Formats: sequence, C-alpha cells, structure tokens
Amino acid sequence: MKRAAIIIFAALFAFVLIVAMLELSALPSPKVNLPAAVAANMAASGVEHPVTAVLLNFRGYDTLLEIAVLLLVLLVVLAVSPREGKAPAASHEPVLQVLARVAVPVMLLAAVYLLWAGAHRPGGAFQAGAVLGAAAVLLHLAGLLPGWNAPRLFMRAGLAGGFLVFLVVASALLANGALLHFPPEFAGALILLIEAGLTVSLGLILAGLFLFLA
Amino acid sequence: MSTGLIFAGTGAILFAMGVAGVMLLAHLLRRILAFNLMGSGAFLILIGLAQRAGLVDPVPQAMVLTGIVVSVAATALALALTRRLHKLTGAYTLPATRDD
Repeated sequence: MKRAAIIIFAALFAFVLIVAMLELSALPSPKVNLPAAVAANMAASGVEHPVTAVLLNFRGYDTLLEIAVLLLVLLVVLAVSPREGKAPAASHEPVLQVLARVAVPVMLLAAVYLLWAGAHRPGGAFQAGAVLGAAAVLLHLAGLLPGWNAPRLFMRAGLAGGFLVFLVVASALLANGALLHFPPEFAGALILLIEAGLTVSLGLILAGLFLFLA
Repeated sequence: MSTGLIFAGTGAILFAMGVAGVMLLAHLLRRILAFNLMGSGAFLILIGLAQRAGLVDPVPQAMVLTGIVVSVAATALALALTRRLHKLTGAYTLPATRDD
C-alpha cells in the first residue's frame, strides 16, 4: 500500500514537473539575459571560453567553496575510515605495470592539455583533475607509486595546496575592494595559477577518495 | 518541442525515479545510487531548460560542472559513512525508527 502510494506520488510529481516546464517554455524569455551578460563581459574575464569565465571569474565563490567541500569530504573519509586511512594493497602484475607505464605519461600530457585548453575551449581544472586522479589511482594499483600508504608532507601539501592558493589569491584581491574581483590585466594569469593549483589538488583528492574507500 | 525540453523532461522523470528510490529502498547502497539519480535528473533539468530556445547558456553549465564534482564528493562521504555503519552494526540498512 505504502509502496504503491510512493510510486503514484513520484509519477504524479514527474508529470507536474514536466507540465510546469512546458508552461514555462511558452512564456516570453526572462528579463535577465544571462548569456548576453556573460558575452558582454568576456573581454574583462581574462579567458576566452564562457564556461571557464563563469566558473573562475564571474562566479568564483562557487569554485572556491567547491574545492573546500572536496577537502572537507576527504578529511571526513579519513576520519571515519576503519583502517586509519590505509589505501588498498597494490598488486604487482607485470601486465598492469607495463600498461600503467605506457598510459600514465599520456594521461599527464592530456591533463596539462585540458588545463591549458580551458582558457579558450571546453576543458579546465576539473576535467584535468579527473584525468590526473585516474592516473594516480592507476599508478597506485599497479604498485608503481604507492605513496598513499604513508602520506608525507609533500602529499598533504598537494591535497590542501589548491584550496590554499585559491584562498591566498582571493584574499590578496580583497585590496581591490571585493573578494575575487580580478583586475582585467592580470585575470588570465591569476586564473591559470588558480586552475593549476586546483588541478593538482583535485587529482590528489579524487584519487584519495577512491583509494581510501576501496 | 525542442531538444532542450526533451532533456529537461527526461531529467524530471529521472528525478522522480530517484525520489521513489530513496523512499522505497532499504539497502543504503541502493539508496545512494537513487540519490545520485536524483542529482543527474536535476543537472539534466538545469541544462535542458537553459537551452530550450536553442541557445547555450554558460552559467547553468558552469553550475552543473560544480554540482557534478560536489555530488561525487557527497557520494564518497555517504559511502564512507555507510562503511562505518557496517563496521559498527554489521548491517547495510538504517536501524528502524518508530513513526511518530
């Protein structure tokens, strides 16, 4: 009875949502035209790709809080991990090791390309960080770079580095009057600096989340 | 009906399926998957509705990109808590509570 009621409720909910969206699309377009506002301010953003401009310049707060959330989640995962943050044991299969040795340099190259491409086409820190994280997981599982077994200072610095770089840049820009208010002439360089830090930290955090949960 | 609206409609159906899953399923792993389904539905609605006129809007795209990363983090957090619960109680379901 309860089960049927929930299913009927969900179906009804989807139906109402779809009807509301159809009605919404029949209305005239809203007064606030966000694509036009983004396009008008692209010249001051320091990058050429609109999504990167929104992520790191127009709505930089979101990205700053996002990397903070990721770092917080990694700390919680470490805190509740029953094995005191030990990553899974690495295998030493020769086939996997050869594959990792071939694939990881290419993945690193792809990550750097994605980071650089973010300024003028789809790409950026998050995509590059995901590739970097996958490369780190592959290296660990192949037993080639088992740094997760005993995280040293270097690893901890890498995990927190992206957030700290972002925070330092954001607070340095407070001198301009507002948090994350980039001066147009330095915006490109600052965004690249932040994105480079974010890429390293995101790669390490994503790999850490995977390996500590595995 | 534009492609964007079809995406948004699919997103609404996925979201409702996720809601039903979260309420109906007892196993926590299934519940986390249903929760992820809700997230995917919300992302599809955001992207689809924003480009219903055929124009690409970069603002929702950037928000969804942020949202995907946060949902990955939330999933990892939920999995870690589930594993902790399993270690403490040996069960993959939440303890029963009285409805009052």
